[in-house]
Amino acid sequence: MEYFLQQLINGVTLGSIYGLIAIGYTMVYGIIGMINFAHGEIFMIGSFIALTVFLILAAIGITFLPIVLLLMVIVAMLCTAAWGWTIERIAYRPLRGSFRLAPLITAIGMSIFLQNFVQVTQGARVKPLPPQIQGGITLMDSPSGIVVQISWMQIIIIAMTIILMVGFSLLISKTSLGRQQRACEQDRKMASLLGVNVDRTISLTFVMGASLAAVAGMMYLLYYGVIDFYIGFIAGVKAFTAAVLGGIGSLPGAMLGGLAIGLIETFWSGYFSVEYKDVAAFSILAIVLIFMPSGLLGRPEVEKV
Amino acid sequence: MLKETQNWSANPVLSVEHLTMRFGGLVAVDDLSFNVGRGDITALIGPNGAGKTTVFNCVTGFYKPTEGRIALRRDQAVADGTLAELTKSGRQYFDGDKGGVFLLERMPDFKITEVAGVARTFQNIRLFGGMTVLENLLVAQHNQLMQASSFTIGGLFGLPGYRKAAAAAKDKAVEWLRHVNLLDRADDPAADLPYGAQRRLEIARALCTNPVLLCLDEPAAGLNPRESAELNELLRFIRDEHGVSVLLIEHDMGVVMEISDHIIVLDYGKKIADGTASEVRSDPKVIAAYLGVDDEEVDEVERDLDVQTGHSASEGGSQ
Amino acid sequence: MADTTSPSAANRPEGAERLSEARRDAMRGEPPYSEAPPEDTRLVRALKEGGITAALVAALTLFFFAFRTDIAVGGLSLTASPVVWIIAIAIAFAGRFLLTYFVFAGDTAVVGGWKKVAAGTGRMPIGKILGVLLLFIALTLPILLPQFLPSQNRYLLNLGITILTYVMLGWGLNIVVGLAGLLDLGYVAFYAVGAYSFALLATNFELGFWVCLPMAGLFAAMWGVILGFPVLRLRGDYLAIVTLAFGEIIRIVLLNWYEFTGGPDGILGIPEPSFFGLEFNRRDGSFSDFFGIEYSPIQKFIYLYYIILALALLTNFVTMRLRKLPVGRAWEALREDEIACRSLGINTTNVKLTAFATGAMFGGFAGSFFATKQQFISPESFTFIESAIILAIVVLGGLGSQLGVVIASVAMIGGIELLRKLTVLQAVFGNDFDPTQYRMLIFGLAMVLIMVWKPRGLVSTRSPSAVYKEKKTIGADMVAQGEGH
Ligand SMILES: Nc1ncnc2c1ncn2[C@@H]1O[C@H](COP(=O)(O)OP(=O)(O)OP(=O)(O)O)[C@@H](O)[C@H]1O
Ligand SMILES: [Mg+2]
Repeated sequence: MEYFLQQLINGVTLGSIYGLIAIGYTMVYGIIGMINFAHGEIFMIGSFIALTVFLILAAIGITFLPIVLLLMVIVAMLCTAAWGWTIERIAYRPLRGSFRLAPLITAIGMSIFLQNFVQVTQGARVKPLPPQIQGGITLMDSPSGIVVQISWMQIIIIAMTIILMVGFSLLISKTSLGRQQRACEQDRKMASLLGVNVDRTISLTFVMGASLAAVAGMMYLLYYGVIDFYIGFIAGVKAFTAAVLGGIGSLPGAMLGGLAIGLIETFWSGYFSVEYKDVAAFSILAIVLIFMPSGLLGRPEVEKV
Repeated sequence: MLKETQNWSANPVLSVEHLTMRFGGLVAVDDLSFNVGRGDITALIGPNGAGKTTVFNCVTGFYKPTEGRIALRRDQAVADGTLAELTKSGRQYFDGDKGGVFLLERMPDFKITEVAGVARTFQNIRLFGGMTVLENLLVAQHNQLMQASSFTIGGLFGLPGYRKAAAAAKDKAVEWLRHVNLLDRADDPAADLPYGAQRRLEIARALCTNPVLLCLDEPAAGLNPRESAELNELLRFIRDEHGVSVLLIEHDMGVVMEISDHIIVLDYGKKIADGTASEVRSDPKVIAAYLGVDDEEVDEVERDLDVQTGHSASEGGSQ
Repeated sequence: MADTTSPSAANRPEGAERLSEARRDAMRGEPPYSEAPPEDTRLVRALKEGGITAALVAALTLFFFAFRTDIAVGGLSLTASPVVWIIAIAIAFAGRFLLTYFVFAGDTAVVGGWKKVAAGTGRMPIGKILGVLLLFIALTLPILLPQFLPSQNRYLLNLGITILTYVMLGWGLNIVVGLAGLLDLGYVAFYAVGAYSFALLATNFELGFWVCLPMAGLFAAMWGVILGFPVLRLRGDYLAIVTLAFGEIIRIVLLNWYEFTGGPDGILGIPEPSFFGLEFNRRDGSFSDFFGIEYSPIQKFIYLYYIILALALLTNFVTMRLRKLPVGRAWEALREDEIACRSLGINTTNVKLTAFATGAMFGGFAGSFFATKQQFISPESFTFIESAIILAIVVLGGLGSQLGVVIASVAMIGGIELLRKLTVLQAVFGNDFDPTQYRMLIFGLAMVLIMVWKPRGLVSTRSPSAVYKEKKTIGADMVAQGEGH
């Protein structure tokens, strides 16, 4: 029981990170119907920027943790958003309205480029960061010696995710930007005829997705304490899996899918084998899609003939 | 013009019985029953959204009906008991020397074309745009060619049996292209054809599957008057020379009234009239529901409506 | 109800897509509110654009060029090297400034010019001549190389083998993606299945290459069917992600099933192919001994070269043949419109499965060849990046085009190799510049640029599989893209 609870907490934490990345996939897919394969790399870039900011702050003597974290988040979000914007501008916008596979290939190309860019500029070796936020709340202390604990870091991650989720849901449902995004999702041509600046809306979608990925990247860095240039691929594939699992195009779906993948992975590692945790996640994805082709929360696609 | 006995009840090729199709709360087709006579041109008409295309989709297996039986009798000589027996047996179809009976609601879409012999066209033309006109017609003969190529193995080695079949398939395609006036465009991509030609190509392609029943969804939509007249000719030719029964959805009353042996009128998923052109034309319920009235007849209609106001209002309000 | 209102928009065959592309282009030309004020002179505009670009590059690269983190004794160390960063910003500014000032002066005319040139190429006769020429070069390469480049002989022959392997893989995947229009991101799985089945059969049962080759192909095809059966109901991108997942699953299983596959250590000692029982070594009864010629290690390479050439040509021949048969035509029809296929009595599940299985089979053949050539395989050779490269070759070459695959393979794989050799750059950037490091970086960038330049691939026309009177090639804008649209 204690073990189960502990795994649950760990799973939710991991799921939150996946969920934040998955939102980027889902938003982009919703609006332009493409898999932004480079999104995982955006997450990786976010974590590298966060790391560098941390080290710079340490070098100039700013060590008060809340300030450090705040600056890390802000800078990482801004710079990563710039990356998201640039990638869209260079690799996707020129292909808008053309052949469906073309942007997928540029996305894969971008992903290869970014991975190697970071590898070349920052080196291929892993970057360890000692844990900055320690301690937590002990929830249960059983006589058998198993302790159920939720660390401050986990609390921060989960709280941050909830705040961002609520914020983004409000943004999408209440603001005119969100309305424009939804209009573009429905019918890009019509939206543009009605005066929605489609290019700008799509750019903003990428910017939003990238900044969420940056938050996820920073939290990954702080939570796991090691990053390298390759983390983007695995996390990206998992997060995309999460987005599809939840029903691509749906924001709550992305979060739900992220949690599902996080939990599956943690429980599988906890009870069965660590080696096959990815197999478990992918198999569940395949099974869900075969029986529920539009994911958990996606709108079923009606085939009108 | 009136036949002694109605062909569609005496010798039906297709019998739709108590067909109901629901999409969530929306009842698109509501307890609909009708027959399509063998060798007839039957028109299914009704206002927009009446459920005509949905009926087609149920007949051709693209939608599984919520309720109802759709039986296709390929040959006239089917004994009466066969259908009841088949329905009870749980099988999809019965195909013997005495003739074939097919329960379309149980069969997957491609089987309906392959085995039962129902071919269709689409309201929004669906051609293989990047393939040539000729290729479109060859794809339609896939199943025969597949067999002739002994499922590719024979074809791969170019066995004579396959080569003969391939040549025959091409001849058949060329023959149909001649009939629909597209022979000189045989090597052009289908997407390059003008709209009317695409409609004709889609019909020719459906015919290449050797259907017993041909279902056409608004074949005259977007055609100019001359093309419409050609279409009428073509449909008559298909019926008379090839013995194919035709079921068509059409909004163009000129086409419908001129060539149909039998007309079924649908409104809000329900059948409101069923009969020959002249019967349906003068049916006040039809006129009330349907706006497709000839100019000359407007006065007459209004007079009819005045007389029968109470009647038609109660009919109209009942759904 | 909605389906009746806009026949032209819903109707692909009308060339509506071209129309919409054109319309979208027009819209992009005149965004509602982003025009610079007209009084801006060219110089001012160029300066402004340059400034914006420079600022952007500054933000993007600040944490990558200006700072570098490294592992040091007490954790991580930070080194600042603003010079590179400033140079990058300067280059960005200058580049954008010059472009805006000189090239983009009359708006984006340059791109328009490109497009026109691109549309004119890709005619059939050129394609045929090029195809024959390439075939000739491929057939005679082992003879030509010693004549012209004796010093590089072995290296180039090896490169030729690698390129041909990718050509074969590209042709195999072309069946699935190019003809049937099914997006498969896990093609490497079948390559792996082929390689591992050969390796396991050969090492466990002492079977030779020629016996195992067909078995490996069959195994791969079988896996194609097993994996394909559940997933082929999925559409478009869902299919893509599930195939990607399967590719990863297979790799993870290979990595962790230690007893069977050797795990990360892989399988060693895979036999080389023999020439009708004759082996390639110095011993008695070997190839050189039998023919009474002097032994040279190059003989084995030449033999391997011709094996992969023959396998690749077989793939091409079968594919070309299949295209003209009902299956192949059904594949293409499936790509064009699945619903129409079903309305014509075609069992689309079977059609998809045959495409999947055929593609997988050729992948399996290529895999066995890879195993016999390397004599060692491990899961590392079968990562997602391989799938991505093969898919890139197919798409860059032009979906469905056999010639395109060849050109793209030579360009991409040859190009990567070329980068490795670019020692010239060392002269520019100093001695610790290692060109191999930048290989994949440039590869990724090239993928983006080529795709943006030619979204439909290098050879984008389609040639019909049956002709009545006159063979006309079909422009790319008519050909559909397959699942998911
Ligand atoms: N797949 C579907 N899912 C939900 N509703 C559907 C579906 N297909 C059809 N409908 C609904 O069923 C009703 C009947 O549609 P149908 O297309 O059959 O009309 P129709 O008679 O062919 O009209 P039209 O003359 O405009 O073609 C409409 O209200 C339509 O919205
Ligand atoms: Mg309709």
